[in-house]
Amino acid sequence: MSRLEKLFRDRRKKALLMPYTTGGYPDIDGCQRILEAFIGGGADVVELGVPFSDPLADGPVVQASTQQALAQGVTSDDVLELASRFSGRVPVVLLVYYNCVFAYGVERFLDAAAEAGIAGIVVPDLPVDEAGDYLESCRARGIDPILLVAPTSLDERIDLIAANASGFIYCVAVAGVTGARASLDDQLPQFLGRVRKRTDVPLAVGFGVSGPEQAAVIAEHADGVIIGSKLIGLVSEAGDLDAALGSVKTFLQDVNEVLMK
Amino acid sequence: MTVPSRFGEYGGRYIPETVIPALDELAEAYGRLKNDGDFRRELDGLLHAYVGRPTPLYHARRLSRELGGARVYLKREDLCHTGAHELNNTLGQILLAVRMGKTRVIAETGAGQHGVATATAAALMGVPCVVYMGEEDVRRQELNVVRMQLLGAEVVTVGSGSRTLKDAINEAIRDWVTNVANTHYIIGSVVGPAPYPAIVRDFQRVIGDEARRQVMEAEERLPHEVIACVGGGSNSIGIFTAFLDDDVRLVGVEAAGEGLDSGRHGASLGRGSRGVLHGSLSYLLQDDFGQVQEAHSISAGLDYPGVGPEHAYLHDSGRVEYDAVTDDEALEAFSLLSKLEGIIPALESAHAVAYALKNRDRYREGDIVIINLSGRGDKDVHQAARAMGLLK
Repeated sequence: MSRLEKLFRDRRKKALLMPYTTGGYPDIDGCQRILEAFIGGGADVVELGVPFSDPLADGPVVQASTQQALAQGVTSDDVLELASRFSGRVPVVLLVYYNCVFAYGVERFLDAAAEAGIAGIVVPDLPVDEAGDYLESCRARGIDPILLVAPTSLDERIDLIAANASGFIYCVAVAGVTGARASLDDQLPQFLGRVRKRTDVPLAVGFGVSGPEQAAVIAEHADGVIIGSKLIGLVSEAGDLDAALGSVKTFLQDVNEVLMK
Repeated sequence: MTVPSRFGEYGGRYIPETVIPALDELAEAYGRLKNDGDFRRELDGLLHAYVGRPTPLYHARRLSRELGGARVYLKREDLCHTGAHELNNTLGQILLAVRMGKTRVIAETGAGQHGVATATAAALMGVPCVVYMGEEDVRRQELNVVRMQLLGAEVVTVGSGSRTLKDAINEAIRDWVTNVANTHYIIGSVVGPAPYPAIVRDFQRVIGDEARRQVMEAEERLPHEVIACVGGGSNSIGIFTAFLDDDVRLVGVEAAGEGLDSGRHGASLGRGSRGVLHGSLSYLLQDDFGQVQEAHSISAGLDYPGVGPEHAYLHDSGRVEYDAVTDDEALEAFSLLSKLEGIIPALESAHAVAYALKNRDRYREGDIVIINLSGRGDKDVHQAARAMGLLK
């Protein structure tokens, strides 16, 4: 059983708290401090993005953070190094667009990720039917290849994804790109119910989650809550990082509270 | 009828899961309709009466004299309604969209030609249309922005990334992911996830099908060489497809910009490497970590760091030769064709003309050469005049 699977199975919370931020944003040191605030706020898993020039699954907030990281020359190696500083304390899930993996060399990238102690990898533009040997290559290194399902996914598609999934399934809460939204889609419980009925793999929900109320709803239907844009927004809107880190931590603590049994 | 998703190893569907069902739906609908009598009749009727097809294959006598007596023909896509080949594809796709029950279309555009062609097709069918265009291109091609607005389309300026075609495609994909239930994305080139590259090729192959028939009528033999410019690669695939099985030399001309060694060019096949951009595996301009680099060309339509996956396949197989010409060479051809033939070509098409001029010593008396004149140059007059010092 993988580290993530075990974590989901043995949890004493309704759902795990899984905050995301872009690697190297606002800079390497700042990112390290954000990850510390995540842990301080009660994160069970941290998700770290590899900045990419063309992040087509991301909304404006994450896009701006990746552009800022890239403008400072942050590379895949820098993000992996950063991840390695935390992976002993908390499972780190990497979020990376496929071209960054492909350009590095798939096997070589996975070697480096395993070396950095990465627990799982999400590739938002690698659907299951394009994954081929990649899934096995991940598992051979003890890394869970995390697959996504969307509200538009038909039942047979969900079955295909579930049959190939490990760690958890990343359920996209809305048809759309990443970004905090004021309210969840009314159809979300129904969608999660549809997925739940077809698989025992843990479900984590992301895209559009912006506060405790939404997290509470998700915790009724899923096993993990992923929050990204909202947190990056707290950093980018704040005047200085110290103030931002305080609000990140408080925000996560508030969310964490509703995730407790 | 299935639609291919790969060309050799290239192509595929490297795209968020949310739109996979829409791609399946599109492939199914297209496979069903491509040979459907009613669909073909409606499209062929529009291509004839609305676009003005078949476009002429024109024997350019004065240009021929410049090329060692070769018999040079221009395939006059510049005479299509809206001034370029793009409408062939957008009409096909809008008919597909309407038959699929989609009530809204979106598109990306670089030079603005595909945006205008999409806005035109959308106006014709009464379908709301949104076009994404990079901030840099909006500045370079303001006339086309106004044309799209006149045609009733909403033009959204994209300020992210390099603020050109690449980012306009990203933004269009983001819109599509969000509105996929009612929206069809009309991609403008042979790029994007499957089945788009095959669909766009099929809608553009009318160029080569006509040209092959026309050259056989005029010369009673096949040409020695067919030349077309390559950005994303739709006009070139459009003319090459009919000749792939013939003993005809096919040449794709990429943008060398300020020179291949300057780092400022758009030669994805000439100087790029394999990678994934906008949903397919092909060649692209990128750094060691897979970050996509900005392309550069005086021609907005060639200012793209990727290229369609079928071109990647034709490049590797050697069936098509790819070369590149610089901004300066394209400008010279732009000017020369205007003076020699009374035809002002699009700066994109001027790249194909420039390749022929550059290689003029290779042609022999009686060689037959077809150049795809993919669009007219009205949109480029201002920019070309500035570059040539005729305007400030």
